[in-house]
Order: sequence, then C-alpha cells, then structure tokens
Amino acid sequence: MVTKRIIPCLDVRDGMVVKGKNFLGIREIADPVELARFYNDSGADELVFYDITASAEGRGLFTDVLERVAREVFIPLTVGGSINTVADFDRVLKCGADKVSVNSGAIRNPQLITDGAKRYGSQCVVLSMDIKRVDGQFRLFAKGGREDTGIDAIEWARQGIARGAGELVVNSIDTDGVRGGFDIELLEKICAFSTVPVIASGGAGNMEHFLDLFKKIPNIDAGLAASIFHLKEVAINDLKKYLSENGIEMRLKYDR
Amino acid sequence: MIAIVDYGVGNLFSLCASLKKIGAEAIVTRDPEVLTKADKIILPGVGAFGDAMDKLESTGLVPHIKKLAAEGKPFMGICLGMQLLFDRSFEFGEKQGLGFIKGSVCALADDIPTTLKVPHMGWNALDIVAPDEPLLKYVKQGECVYYVHSFYAKDCDESVAAYSEYSTRVPGIVRQGNVCGCQFHPEKSGETGLNILRAFAEV
Repeated sequence: MVTKRIIPCLDVRDGMVVKGKNFLGIREIADPVELARFYNDSGADELVFYDITASAEGRGLFTDVLERVAREVFIPLTVGGSINTVADFDRVLKCGADKVSVNSGAIRNPQLITDGAKRYGSQCVVLSMDIKRVDGQFRLFAKGGREDTGIDAIEWARQGIARGAGELVVNSIDTDGVRGGFDIELLEKICAFSTVPVIASGGAGNMEHFLDLFKKIPNIDAGLAASIFHLKEVAINDLKKYLSENGIEMRLKYDR
Repeated sequence: MIAIVDYGVGNLFSLCASLKKIGAEAIVTRDPEVLTKADKIILPGVGAFGDAMDKLESTGLVPHIKKLAAEGKPFMGICLGMQLLFDRSFEFGEKQGLGFIKGSVCALADDIPTTLKVPHMGWNALDIVAPDEPLLKYVKQGECVYYVHSFYAKDCDESVAAYSEYSTRVPGIVRQGNVCGCQFHPEKSGETGLNILRAFAEV
C-alpha cells in the first residue's frame, strides 16, 4: 500500500531558505540545494518549496534555486508562493517542479484551480489552505494567514476538490507554531469527505505528534513540518523509523 | 546514447536530469535517424492515453519505433509511456496502443474499493516476481517507488517483473523481450529510481 509521507517545507527568500529562529532567537538561513540534498539523504518523501519573496527579482532567484534543486534531488517537488496564473504554473514546472501549490491566487480566482488541472492534470494541482477558528467556524485565511476571507474553509476544500485540486494541504493557523500537535479536529473534518490526498500542516513539535496524527486519522496521507526539521530537533530518518516501529507504513532506507 | 522520444507530452526536465546524474548520455528527439543510431530508447508520457497516442502517431514515428523495437533495441516506456506499450486502453473509450506487450490498460477505480484514493499517488513497495529482471539489478525486494496514475495494466501477468499492492496488484515493471516499462516514475523515485535507470543504461 501507499506509504505515509513525511514532508519538510522550505521557505525561500532571496535564494536562501529561511529556517526560522534557533534557540538563541537568531534567525538562521541555509542554502536550498544543500538542505534539499540533506533531506533527500535522510529519507524525506517529498519537498515543498514556498517562494516568500515579493519582488520580481526574487522570483527569478527562486526559479534558479528550484532548477538547481531539481538537478540534484530526484523525489517529488511541490512549489508554492505567488502562483496566480497558469503562466506561473508553467514557469515552475519548467524548472523541475512536479506539483504546484495554489493558495491566495485561487481564492482571488477559483478558476485557477480548474485551469491548472485541465492543462497539467489534477495530480499537479495542490490546494493549500490556511485555516483558523473564528466565531465557531473554520474560516479560510488569505495572504499567508493575515487576512480573514470570511469563507467557510470546509466548503472551500469541498469546492477545491470539485474544481480539480488533486491534493489538499491543510494548515491550521491555530496550531501552527504552538508545537502542541496537529489540528486533529480540523483534519478529521476534511478527511471525512476528501477524495484526494490530504497533507497535515501546522503544530508538529515532536515525533509523537506525527504518530498521533496517523493513528487518529488513518486516511490522512502526509505530515508536513518546517522548523522542527530545519533546527534538527527531529531527524527525518529517526522519525520514519519510529513511526514504522509503531505500525505506520513508511518508506525506509535500504542498506546497499 | 539514450534517445528520449519527443512527441510533445509531459515535462522531461527530471528525466533528463536523472539520466545526466547517473552519467548516461541522453538526447530528446523526434528525428528517426537519431532514434536509429541510439543504443536505447525511452518513451516518456503523462496525461491521457488517447491524446498521447494521437500525438505519437502525428509525429509519424510509430512505424519506425515498431521496427526498432522489433529489431531488438532496448526500449523502455515510463508511466503513460509504459501504458502505450500495451495492446489497448479503455481511458475515455477504447484506443489501440503500440501492441508490444499483451494486455489492456483499465481504470483503477473499477477494481479497488471506493475508500482508496485515485490517482494511486505516492510511494509504494515493489514486490519483485521476476528476480532476474535486468532493471532490478540494483533493487531489493520491498524498495519503494513513486507512482502517480489512475489507469493500470491488466491481463499481462506473464510480462510482470514487479507489482505494487493497492488493493489490486498494480504492475510496476513489465517486460516482453527487449521492451520494458515502469508504471511509476523512476526519475522521481530517489536512489531506487536512479538505480533502475542505471540498470537500463547498462543493459
């Protein structure tokens, strides 16, 4: 059967990965190609790159980074950030991306999901959603989680699938950065109806949180995290070994 | 030299990069002479069967490719390129394939429980049934490869070298003489995938 996936997420600004703050509060950055190679060697099942630069110049740097990574690392690569048009799909796919993640661009223009799916296939279109509880409702946020759209996030997920999204990334703003575990309540709600793979994001603080996720929601497909991997608090090969020993199907490294 | 058939489907960036990584010389081409001169041929492909077959036919290369395969040139289809090797597919109505390998390409959704997601997407283990398969020279039982597909080959048991389990047995590697195919993406399957490409390059 298909294994559960562990996915590190890399935010790229001006050609470098922003790793977050270390325990001394100092902002750390890293070379994306080196980091991608490191994660590939430690057993990551996929890599997600978010372009967090705003300038056109930064965008050029980003595709350059992407191309360099894709020449070195041969696992699926998902790319997001500033994807607003089908031309943006084309730009990143040409540089070696396999899937394109849309978020705010799809909120502004939902047709982007359909157009991307028609042109490149649903398997290529990932709908990424930033979700937060507001007035007892799961609310969809835009612009990196800064703007409440007033849209019901569960309904948005349903629509996204109907429009042709081939995968969902569910990022809980409520649990993000708290490191108290994934947002099981939200994820369960979406997994209950999703006919496409669902990737859990936001809240992972230790290995037990991943086990809890896969045990509590058997049909969830992947767990995504950033800082705990970047700051080497959790090593991906240790995590996968731990999950495998606890009955979760994982792709493990083979001794040659 | 490995010739990758260029017939306007799919993105060949990763395939070219992975062949380069293992030190194999590769060229993307639709020139019949280049195909004749090549030591080996790879038929890539993503998308829908009928559309891809139409595009391949419109290059005018089909008779030439059939001749080269019949002459014994090592030939590998990847993903949809592998499906094209079969007699026929039932994706959006029946459509004839290249007919190199006996069997049909059918919808996964018809043969698996509705609780399982389609496409069959992600890493799945190889269950090797033909240990002598040249492509598997550097691959061990149970190694995982990366799949993305909604249709799969059926009625081709005698040609299958390795399966993956997805409630039904999905042929992962097939072979008929010099013609072989991978349903998964070796260019996206990490070390295991590179080793499969390396084995093909060494055939």
